[in-house]
Amino acid sequence: SKMSESVPPEVRPKPAVPAKPSHVAPPSRSALLGYIGIDTIIEQMRKKTMKTGFDFNIMVVGQSGLGKSTLVNTLFKSQVSRRSTNWSRDEKIPKTVEIKSVSHVIEEGGVKMKLTVIDTPGFGDQINNENCWEPISKYINEQYEKFLKEEVNIARKKRIPDTRVHCCLYFISPTGHSLRQLDIEFMKHLSRVVNIIPVIAKSDTLTLDEKTEFKQKVRKELEACGIECYPQKEFDEDMEDKSDNDKIREAMPFAVVGSDKEYQANGKRILGRKTPWGVVEVENPNHCEFSLLRDFMIRSHLQDLKEVTHNIHYETYRAKRLNDNGGLHPISSSGFSSRTFCMDTPCLCE
Amino acid sequence: MLSFVVVSLHVRLGVAKSLSSVTNGNISIQRNLEGYVGFANLPNQVYRKSVKRGFEFTLMVVGESGLGKSTLINSLFLTDLYSKDYPGPSQRIKKTVQVEQSKVLIKEGGVQLTLTIVDTPGFGDAVDNSNCWQPVINYIDSKFEDFLNAESRVNRRLMPDNRVHCCLYFIAPSGHGLKPLDIEFMKRLHDKVNVIPLIAKADTLTPEECQLFKKQIMKEIQEHKIKIYEFPDTEDDEDSKLIRKIKEKMPLAVVGSNVVIEVNGRKVRGRQYPWGVAEVENGEHCDFTVLRNMLIRTHMQDLKDVTNNVHYENYRSKKLAAVTCNGVDATKNKGQLTKSPLAQMEEERREHVMKMKKMETEMEQVFEMKVKEKKQKLKDSEAELERRHEQMKKNLEAQYKELEEKRRQFQEEKANWEAQQRILEQQKLDASKTMEKNKKKGKIF
Repeated sequence: SKMSESVPPEVRPKPAVPAKPSHVAPPSRSALLGYIGIDTIIEQMRKKTMKTGFDFNIMVVGQSGLGKSTLVNTLFKSQVSRRSTNWSRDEKIPKTVEIKSVSHVIEEGGVKMKLTVIDTPGFGDQINNENCWEPISKYINEQYEKFLKEEVNIARKKRIPDTRVHCCLYFISPTGHSLRQLDIEFMKHLSRVVNIIPVIAKSDTLTLDEKTEFKQKVRKELEACGIECYPQKEFDEDMEDKSDNDKIREAMPFAVVGSDKEYQANGKRILGRKTPWGVVEVENPNHCEFSLLRDFMIRSHLQDLKEVTHNIHYETYRAKRLNDNGGLHPISSSGFSSRTFCMDTPCLCE
Repeated sequence: MLSFVVVSLHVRLGVAKSLSSVTNGNISIQRNLEGYVGFANLPNQVYRKSVKRGFEFTLMVVGESGLGKSTLINSLFLTDLYSKDYPGPSQRIKKTVQVEQSKVLIKEGGVQLTLTIVDTPGFGDAVDNSNCWQPVINYIDSKFEDFLNAESRVNRRLMPDNRVHCCLYFIAPSGHGLKPLDIEFMKRLHDKVNVIPLIAKADTLTPEECQLFKKQIMKEIQEHKIKIYEFPDTEDDEDSKLIRKIKEKMPLAVVGSNVVIEVNGRKVRGRQYPWGVAEVENGEHCDFTVLRNMLIRTHMQDLKDVTNNVHYENYRSKKLAAVTCNGVDATKNKGQLTKSPLAQMEEERREHVMKMKKMETEMEQVFEMKVKEKKQKLKDSEAELERRHEQMKKNLEAQYKELEEKRRQFQEEKANWEAQQRILEQQKLDASKTMEKNKKKGKIF
């Protein structure tokens, strides 16, 4: 059958018919009479995922010149940021915050990922930055709206394209003193709408002591303002999760350095920044916390980021939207539903 | 003693000779002196006097919080202006831009310097930073005004020079270019104070990034026609070489630190990272030494001179022009600055007196009018009252008449009724009399 072709040799399914009883004593009721093959479900899921691939949308927010594009390139070890595709050094700072997204499909170990990097040039760069988070908030809600529209459609697509922002990396300027007013305002407005992971940008400007002090200050300030960044305490599912996430929360915000240049050091080629007084190694945990961030974001919590976005942030949005409709689920024709949705939100004129 | 007298005689003769040549053609021909006069000692005299007086220097630092301004000041002057006991403005959160100054007296080699550091905490830190440069401009102008007033006073004995001689503007090391705030600030301040842009926390940038960044900044500065402090040209070859080197490095990329670290056996000031030590005084690491030398060792006097001759004079002429043009017709030539201030003051006084007179007459007029009005009003109300009085009297009379009429009627009725009663009475009497008569008659029958 089809299954036996593509399954790797270790996991060979036994026939579904219960085999003759082995030398083991007669099994109790709950025990299986033989190997069924339920555990191959993991393998089936893996294959499916590999075939369909998955989406991941990451947004980077911060003032210009904080190394956002470089960090994203470093995270995904490829030139995926907007800057790498079409960028000139003297590109003018836009007068208002713009939202620019670039998508790439990257593949690793047979797994395909459609990575979308959403950049926000102009954020925090003007003289007057009042409400500069509004275009960002609007964009995020628009993506939820898009998804919601698809979801309530009568004829739904098999796989709804997911453009929702799964993760928002917020870049903090390494002043060494405290958060800026703008940082606090942004995170206040958006921590309930999207997963925010704050990072300290260009952290090679801080000595170890300054780093620790700054991180403590930032954590204290976030707590004082009631801002909950990802991973949120309330969503820890069990003790294991909680202890893992607690460790991460203690280490946040991660002090990162990004680089897409390689240098020779200690006999091997490493990513880093070369200064007259030494080479800053990006992946060396003694130098900066880039590897912590990468492991956390990609190797352990990637799926969780998507799940929290879908199960919590999206559901909050959906509940609010449907409650605004008086609790009615618009189940009539798509024409009506689009009209209903166009009522009070900015219309996604398609 | 004798030889001294002889020398002076010679000198006098020599002087007379050079004097005559001056009066003839108004040109001063250089003459060789035939002996030692001694005015070569003049610089020493100036020097001694200045040292006694001491020097003043005011330095302003502007930039967003967290760019290492306080650390740099501490490093430049090797003092702890901002220490743990007296934390600098950076440690305090400011909601609006403040301008704070701190004075420090530094002594070195017998020379005394009164250093004033003007800090601007809160600059560029709010969400809305429009006009955050206004407090800075106001401060600088107020210092100019103080000096102008002191200069114009009658008694000019004590003239402290608190004008801002130099403004260090800190640019964040983004690596891309200037921010809109930077451009706006420098545009507004380049003709009020000597602006020296610095790249702060330069240990964030690699040498290549630093080069690119500096080029980008200079390009933008030229684009927006911002006039940063320019080093004066000297005839001295060595100096001009030095100056050219400095100009190439503008804007200076600095790193500040007062922490002493041991590197390869020597003690240096720097910042300790896991990957090495960034030395503050190492020319290959950053431009701190260039800045320090320029600011303190070579160009401090020039900064003061430019402030006095250029920025202050600009301010002064603008201010005085505004005063003379005040109250003058706009069509008149604005170049009429030839009026001496005294004549100007006389004219102002006359104007003022005239104005007062005019105001007085106006007020009197108004008063008169008001009085008339009031009188008129009173008359009107009096007439009104009279009328009403008449009216009431008439009403009263009418009522009186009515009542009289009624009374008369009543009297008439009464008289009638009485008459009737009398008649009735009479009739009754008659009737009784007749009855009696009838009775009598009856009885007789």
